[in-house]
Order: sequence, then structure tokens, then C-alpha cells
Amino acid sequence: MQRIGVFVCHCGTNIAATVDVKAVAEALKSEPGVVFSTDYQYMCSQAGQDIIKNAIAEHKLTGIVVCSCSPRMHENTFRKTAAAAGLNSYMVEIANIREQCSWVHKDMPTGTEKAIILGKAAVAKVSLNAPLTPGESPVTKRALVIGGGIAGIQTALDIADAGFPVDIVETKPTIGGKMAQLDKTFPTLDCAACILTPKMVEVAQNENIRIFSYSEVTDIKGFVGNFDVTIKRRARYVKEDLCTGCGACTEKCPQKKVPNEFNLGMDNRRAIYIPFAQAVPKVATIDPNYCTMLKTGKCGVCSKVCTAGAIDYQAKDEFVEEKYGAIVAATGFNPISMDKFDEFAYSQSPDVVTSLEFERLMNAAGPTAGTLLRPSDHEHPHTIVFVQCVGSRCSSCAEKGKEYCSKICCMYTAKHAMLTRDKYPDTDVYVFYIDVRTPGKAFDEFYRRAVEDYGVHYIKGMVGKVVPEGKKLKVQASDLLANKQLHIDADLVVLAAAIEPDKSARPLATMLTASMDTNDFFTEAHPKLRPVESPTAGVFLSGTCQGPKDIPETVSQAGAAASKVIGLLSKDKLTGNPCVAHSDENMCNGCSTCANVCPYGAITYQDKEFRMPDRTTKMRRIAVVNEAVCQGCGCCTVACMSGAMDLKGFMNKQIMAEVDAICK
Amino acid sequence: MKVSYFPGCTLRTKAKDLDFYARKCAEILGVELCEIENWQCCGAAFVSAKDEVASKLSSVRALAAARDAEQPLVTVCSACHNVIKQTNHAMQTDAEFAAKANLYMSQDKEPTEAYNGETTVYHYLELLRDVVGFDKLKEAVKNPLTGKKIAAYYGCMLLRPGKVLGFDDPENPTIIENFIRALGAEPVIYSYRNECCGSYAVLEDAEAAKKKSNKVSENAADNGAEMIVTACPLCKYNLEKSGSSIPVVYFTELLATALGVKEDTDAE
Repeated sequence: MQRIGVFVCHCGTNIAATVDVKAVAEALKSEPGVVFSTDYQYMCSQAGQDIIKNAIAEHKLTGIVVCSCSPRMHENTFRKTAAAAGLNSYMVEIANIREQCSWVHKDMPTGTEKAIILGKAAVAKVSLNAPLTPGESPVTKRALVIGGGIAGIQTALDIADAGFPVDIVETKPTIGGKMAQLDKTFPTLDCAACILTPKMVEVAQNENIRIFSYSEVTDIKGFVGNFDVTIKRRARYVKEDLCTGCGACTEKCPQKKVPNEFNLGMDNRRAIYIPFAQAVPKVATIDPNYCTMLKTGKCGVCSKVCTAGAIDYQAKDEFVEEKYGAIVAATGFNPISMDKFDEFAYSQSPDVVTSLEFERLMNAAGPTAGTLLRPSDHEHPHTIVFVQCVGSRCSSCAEKGKEYCSKICCMYTAKHAMLTRDKYPDTDVYVFYIDVRTPGKAFDEFYRRAVEDYGVHYIKGMVGKVVPEGKKLKVQASDLLANKQLHIDADLVVLAAAIEPDKSARPLATMLTASMDTNDFFTEAHPKLRPVESPTAGVFLSGTCQGPKDIPETVSQAGAAASKVIGLLSKDKLTGNPCVAHSDENMCNGCSTCANVCPYGAITYQDKEFRMPDRTTKMRRIAVVNEAVCQGCGCCTVACMSGAMDLKGFMNKQIMAEVDAICK
Repeated sequence: MKVSYFPGCTLRTKAKDLDFYARKCAEILGVELCEIENWQCCGAAFVSAKDEVASKLSSVRALAAARDAEQPLVTVCSACHNVIKQTNHAMQTDAEFAAKANLYMSQDKEPTEAYNGETTVYHYLELLRDVVGFDKLKEAVKNPLTGKKIAAYYGCMLLRPGKVLGFDDPENPTIIENFIRALGAEPVIYSYRNECCGSYAVLEDAEAAKKKSNKVSENAADNGAEMIVTACPLCKYNLEKSGSSIPVVYFTELLATALGVKEDTDAE
């Protein structure tokens, strides 16, 4: 028989105002196994904890029940208290008489009655508790960062800086991500390349960082501290170690008509290419979809001009297997497709562009060498209309747009408008908006400058239609403040397309067993208090894969994710959660139901020899739980038809005892 | 397959071609159009008055008749399609309206069972897309309209209100373009394909209507269209009076030409 102590907390008046705490302590005294019961003003205070410690020693308690706030608040506190007094910390149960009782009831009799019932349930459970000891697992001291944009770069640099090796896996031939495509950055208008490329070089030069560019993660197994990851290194047909990045091949390649994805298809590149001048690694890549040699076997110009002998037409995809202790998702975003928003005539006129395309049109390394020219006829546009929220905040059209605010568009549109007016003061610039949202340091001042100093016409209202007519784009819009219909003859229309998570995020989340929201953004472990961790242990989130963010926010989140990774990798061993599933091998019939429902892949099967009653032996297939992987969710215990699966600390008989105590 | 068919008044008077070729083509495509007995005018534009029950009853009767025949209800005219679908939606979602309508109906000489929106309503184009299938239609084409550049004109009644009609995306529809492709011709995408033609404004202010319809025809022509195809008698009427020379035909005429039951659409 257990010797149980009950400790009822007043929580000041939080509990005591609606629960007669003395009556609760008194009522629980007569429960089976209870040898001590008391109340105190603040059980979590040092004095309160001392009461618990003394009672454990004095009354030789084998289990305690604390009637107090939610276990989310102080379960850990009281577990530590118990451990300090020499009691196994899993012999502690919390009866939540604050959030689930005193805060939701108004009158003392009801609150007291319910508190007593909750206390009884906890006593019934703790009398069936068994001491549990958490297991330990080693930590591989290497991190994997998936995605080489500014988020991934910053995370990798910070982890490497702390002395841990990091690998970056990037699907593109170079790291840099979307930021490399931007012209200037708000609100300080420093050039994106000038602040990004030094970081890219730093990554390349850091001894602790390896870059797997033009690569992707194809498989992830294992668990926190011990991930086994398969990385597919796509054949780039150029030997990375030999290529000097001289660029001779990219000048001589006869295949000149390949849409240049770095400039969003607004100009062409060769079939062998280096995405941009500051690419890291600065190595050429052959595009197998366009290379004449790879397609027909006739050409070979690049191999002739390559003095380093780096061209290798026979290259094949390679698979690398690596072990990691922690994984950071930094898969980033893309603007959504404008196909379903053709009321803005995106598919009908080359002069309707997205904001990212506009970045390239303004960029010195872009298709127009930084001079703002219309894509159709290379003339200067004199009237430009910016349309905000194209596909963002689109609750009525969720099938084609996004319900959320993409967050960055107000600021970059203000930037575009301002830069245009600054460079070309003869240009009329209109911005149509639903709301202008500029929270952030120096953000609203920036937007006000666009309106007041640069004379950008901000109009509250949406554009209904864009009609290409001759050389003009007829823009029909409404001015909601003036209650007027507007018709503007524009030369260029710029659409602030909503952003969405990169398509690679969903399969990655499946591999990581990390959760996502309905928009395919990774879900954080807690929206306020654990914003850079995934609920899956050992998986961290960096940048826009978790939600729309601008660069400053991305960089701070990247640093935060890195610090969490460093915290994990600094440990030699990880203490597990002992409240994990366990299969009774005598009852298990190896049906696989539990493995099918396990979201973490923690259950495997093995054949085991059993002695039968007639002294023969028999091989049987039984379920085995990997305690380091199991998160104790309990899905398997519900699914198990033979009742073999049970969850330590939350065993079926404990739960039933609680229910019985409540219903008694 | 058998479907209930609601031709509508205009198809008996101004728009006989729309009706005639719809029937002919359905035969070829293996769909039997069973005209509802004693159908009455759908109520046309008047039914947009929300509190009006009586004018919507003819639609409810048609819907109930199709329900009793256990067939979907097919219309060809844009306006009938719009009215009948909106009425059906009201019968499904507006309990008060449905109760009132059923109370009226119970006073009919031969009252039917109470109707609560059980019938599926198709526009003829939807029938082609969702029941026949554009791929099957493509196979049935005898005289492909190869090389013809045709502008689809939707107008308002086919598309809006988008969620109630469920016909196509009201901003970026594709159904008529895909129909044109199935017939072997090339659809012309132009901005005014889902703008209003001027509609009944033509009765009050013909100039205003002409201004609207002219923009449509000019925009179609500017984008290289040789002809405009429409499903709506009123749109056709307005576009033909728009002052532009571009021919306007019903989609059923185009269909009939491609299926080989009509000489040549251009001959009009």
C-alpha cells in the first residue's frame, strides 16, 4: 500500500476564493492510502516546497498529490521537490484545481465539491504509479540545415561559430536564396547583395560548414540527437573540386536560349551556367534539360574550353548518408502563381509583373542592368500601378489565394514606389492597398516618407481589372475613400503576389514527422514561448518556412534556432521522457496496428522465441517500442486490439482508476 | 442518358438557333433532352427581387418536375441557368423561402411533393464538360474548326454569383475556352470576356449599352478574334448592335458545325 501525502495550494486567492481549501484537505485525508494532508498559501514557494519535503521524510511518503495549478505550470517544480526529498519524481500527481476548477466556477460549494473529486482522482492514480527512470541517448554533434537562403545561412554561421560542424543542403546550384534576387532592402535601403554576399563567402570559408548545393534531402530516419539523413547530390556535370568558376564555359556554350530563373525568365542564360556573379559555391552547372551534349551527344564545347578539366558528362546523381544531432528547416517561400488572378492580365501582358520581377528590373545585375524598362518594348514606364494584397488576405477566394497577410508586401511596395520616384521623378506612381501595415522599427516612418517626401499616390481600394489596350494597361480601380471609380492608363503594373511556403516543405515535414498548418507553414512547438522549435524533438525552424517574415525577423529567428541547436549539441547525452509506450510481449500478437498509427515511427517488430506451456518453443512476432523515439502520445495504446500496448505513467488501469474515483 | 430540358422563352422566339442545335448535338453526343411538360418562363431578371416568391415558382416547378423524373435539369440560356440555379440554391438554403414556395405549390391543380432542392442543374456547357467530357466531345468532332480564332464571351449571367452557380471561376473562367479547344479551334483570351454586355440597359439607354458592348467586341477583335461565341441571347443581341463587324454566334451553332450537323457557322 502506498503512503500518500496531499498538498492543497491556495494560490493566494486564485484558488482559495472559490474553493474551500481546508475542506478539500480534510476530505482527501480519508481517501485510501492517504496518510497526510495539508494546505498552504503558495505550495510552489520555497516554504511550500519545504512542507512537501518535510512531509515526505516525516511520514515516509511513497507518493504525493499536489492540488494546485495546471501541471503545465508547476509539475516540473514539484517533481524536483520530490526528487530532492528522495522520492522518485514520477510519484507526483497534480490535481488541477485552478484552471480547471476555481477559475471556471463562481460559487464556493460547487468549486469545493469539484476540487475534492479532482483530488480523489489524483489520489487514485498516484496509488497505482510506479517509479520511472528516464533513459539516455547519445548526441551526434553535427547539425543539418535544410535550405541555403538567408535563414539557413545565418543559422549555419551561428552554429558553426559555436564550434559545431554544420551541413547546408540547398536545391539550387548556389546558396543565397530569395535575398540574392532582391535589389535594395527596407527600411534602410542598403543593397541586398552588399550585405548578403559577404555572409555567403563566410559560409564558404568556414571550416565547420559544408555546402551540399544542387542537392536535396531524400530520407530522414532516427530521432533527436541521432538522425540518419540521406542527401541526394544531383549530377551537375561539373566537378566541384576542379571548377574554378572562371566562367569561360558559360560564355562559349552555344545553347543561348535557356530562360534564366535567377531573373525570373526575363532574360536568357546558357545551358551551362553560374546563377550569378557572387554564387557560392562558384561552380558551373549544366542544365540537362537544355544541354545539347547531354541530349544528343553532339557538342562538348564547354569541355573543350575548360582549362581545369572539370566537365564530366558522365556524372550521376550521388547519395550521401550522414548522421546529425539536430535538423533545422529553412526551406523558405515562393510568390504564389498568378495564373488564377488573370483579372490583372498577368498572362496577357509582359508589362504586368510581380514584385519579385520588379526587383530584378531595378537591379543592376538584372535583365535591364538596373534601368527600369518595360519588358514589352524596353521603354521607360511613366505611369506605374502597384497592386497590393494579390492573393493575400483573400478569405473569400481561399481556393486561389491565401487567407493570411503576407506581411512583407506593404514594406517592399513602399520601397519600390520610393525608389522609382527617386530614380525617375517624372514617373507617376500609384499604390492600391486594402490597409497599409507597417509595424516594425522605422517601418512606418519609411512608408510616410514614400507618401510625403516622394509623392507616391496611395489609394485605398482594390484594382478590379487590368486591360491591355495597345501600349497601355487600362487599370480599373476603386478609390474607397473618395467613393470614386478610377481609370488609370498605366505603362507597368506590379502585383504584390502573396507568398507561400516552398513546395519542398510538405514532403520534408513528412520525413521529419514535423507538423504543419493548413497553409503548409511549419508549426512551432508553442506559438509564443517556443517559436523556433518544431513539436518534433530535435527539429528547429528558421525563416519563412514557419510563417511570413522580413529579413530582420528571419535573421533573428535564424539566430534563435541556432542557439537552440547549440544548446542541444552541447549535451553529451539526452535524457528521455520515461512516459513512453511499452508492449507486453506476452499479449502482443504482432498485428502491426500500433506501428501503423505511430506518428513517430517508434515501433518496430522482431521475432522472439517464447517457451510454451508444453516446454516447446515457438517464434512469435512482437512489437518493440524505441523509447528514444516514442513521444508518449498514446495513439498505439488506444489502437492496440489485444491490450498489449500501455503507456508508462498513464497506464490504462491508472486512467480507469481516475474515472472510477470521479464517478464514485 | 436522359436529362430534363428547360428551353426557356427566348429560345422559342429570338434564339431558335440556340435551341435547335442544342437538341441536334445532344442527340449525336448520346444525351436525350426530355423537354419538361408545360414549362413556364423562368421569371427572367425579375427574380433577383429577394422577397418575391411567386415569380420564382415556375423555376421551382421545373426543378420539381426534373426531380420527379429522376433526371438532372439542363438549360441552355444563360439567364434561365442563372435564375434556376439561384432558385434551387434558395430552396436548399433558405428554409423560409422554401416553405413559402412549397405552400404556393401545394395550391397547384396537380400538386407535387414538397421540393427542397434535390435536383442537379447543369448548364448545357457544364453537361458537355462534366457529363459528356470535353475529351469525348473532341472525339465526336467531325469537322474540327482548325485555325479558327474564337473569343469566348461569358457575360455575367453564366458566372455570377460564383459560389451559387458553381459554374466556373468568375474572374478567370476556362470552360468556353476548353470547349473551343475541344472543337479544334483556338480560343482568344481577352480582358472583357466576363464584362457585362449592357444587358437590359439597352431598353432604357441604348447608347450606354452600346458603349459597354462595343468595348467587348473591340477588345476581342483587337486580340485577333474572328468571331465571338456566347451562350446568352441578350448578349448576342447587344454585341450585334455594338457597332463592330465581328460575327457573334451561339456556342451550340459552333458545336453543330464541328459535329457536322450545320453547314458553316460563318454563313450567318
